[in-house]
Amino acid sequence: MLLKSLHISVPDFEKATGWHIKPEGACKGDVCIPLTQQPTELIDIEQLAADMSLPLASEPDHDVWALGPDSIGGRALTTAEAPNLTLPDLDGNLFELSSLKGQKILVYAWAPY
Amino acid sequence: MWQELREELHPQGFELVTVGLDTLGAADCRAFIEAANPAHPSLIDQHHVMADLFGVVNIPSSIWINEAGMIVRPAEAAPPPPANAAATAPQMPDEIPQRMLDIMTEATKIQSDPDAYHHALKDWVEKGDDSEFALDAETVIARSRPRDHDKALGHAHFELASYLETEGDHKLAIKHFREAHRLVPDSWTFRRQAWSLEKAGDGLFARFMQGPSTGKDWPYEGDWLTDIRAEGAENYYESWRP
Repeated sequence: MLLKSLHISVPDFEKATGWHIKPEGACKGDVCIPLTQQPTELIDIEQLAADMSLPLASEPDHDVWALGPDSIGGRALTTAEAPNLTLPDLDGNLFELSSLKGQKILVYAWAPY
Repeated sequence: MWQELREELHPQGFELVTVGLDTLGAADCRAFIEAANPAHPSLIDQHHVMADLFGVVNIPSSIWINEAGMIVRPAEAAPPPPANAAATAPQMPDEIPQRMLDIMTEATKIQSDPDAYHHALKDWVEKGDDSEFALDAETVIARSRPRDHDKALGHAHFELASYLETEGDHKLAIKHFREAHRLVPDSWTFRRQAWSLEKAGDGLFARFMQGPSTGKDWPYEGDWLTDIRAEGAENYYESWRP
């Protein structure tokens, strides 16, 4: 996820990464990673990245960072539970994958190049 | 083609969600989507969260998700429905640059198995989790793309690159795209996205040439034609497994 600050809100982090902050740590599916500090409102991204082994890349010229995805278990997926993919349509309206629960879904990735 | 399939399967509780991956956002996706005028959700993924969340490394790829929100097949190559393959050949102008002809020649060698894939898809839509093609959670995770900390870092660099491009800092975008390519060498989308931003002129093929053109510096180690020849078009997609 893109970051303009190294301190971000818990909901923003949860929405972008699919990890949820719980009393037992950061959790996704059945996996929970203990955190050294329980975030309240704002997450200290550097501490969290260290706790969860998440990579953090930066571009100082633009004061911007990117927090990479997890690589727990050595695979792209940590759980088979589908993340709540949230993306805009052509008109900029946000669509949430979870709105289709109850149907079989085929998510199809394509590109115009 | 996919749309017809969606109309056919929709009454059985099936929905298609298409996601266009492009740093340029809706700009170049728009013409394709508006021409298709889809009834299903059609989304724009500017910074490739599909790579982070699902491990998409190539297009077209699909992920199957069941009624309970569990992935039953992780990202894999998704060939067009077989019956429609011929009808979807795009209209080509008379004058095609030699490089584009070479690319098209390589593209014809790319292998996929539309019959097996679409047989499996229909079986799953009919039988749900009882379909032999719906994989259990453990297999889904095991079959998702390998990812270590270096690759994850490459994803972060890609996201920075894509963002910097949208901010108009093309030079710094290239720096981070290059780092992403180094760290995630198996992602065709990360490469093709960066190459496609080095437009060759303004014509129809500007974003498809994806390689050096005369009078312009090429900022990347590889390009579409060189890489596909080196890796073998037959290896472009992982072969489909039941």
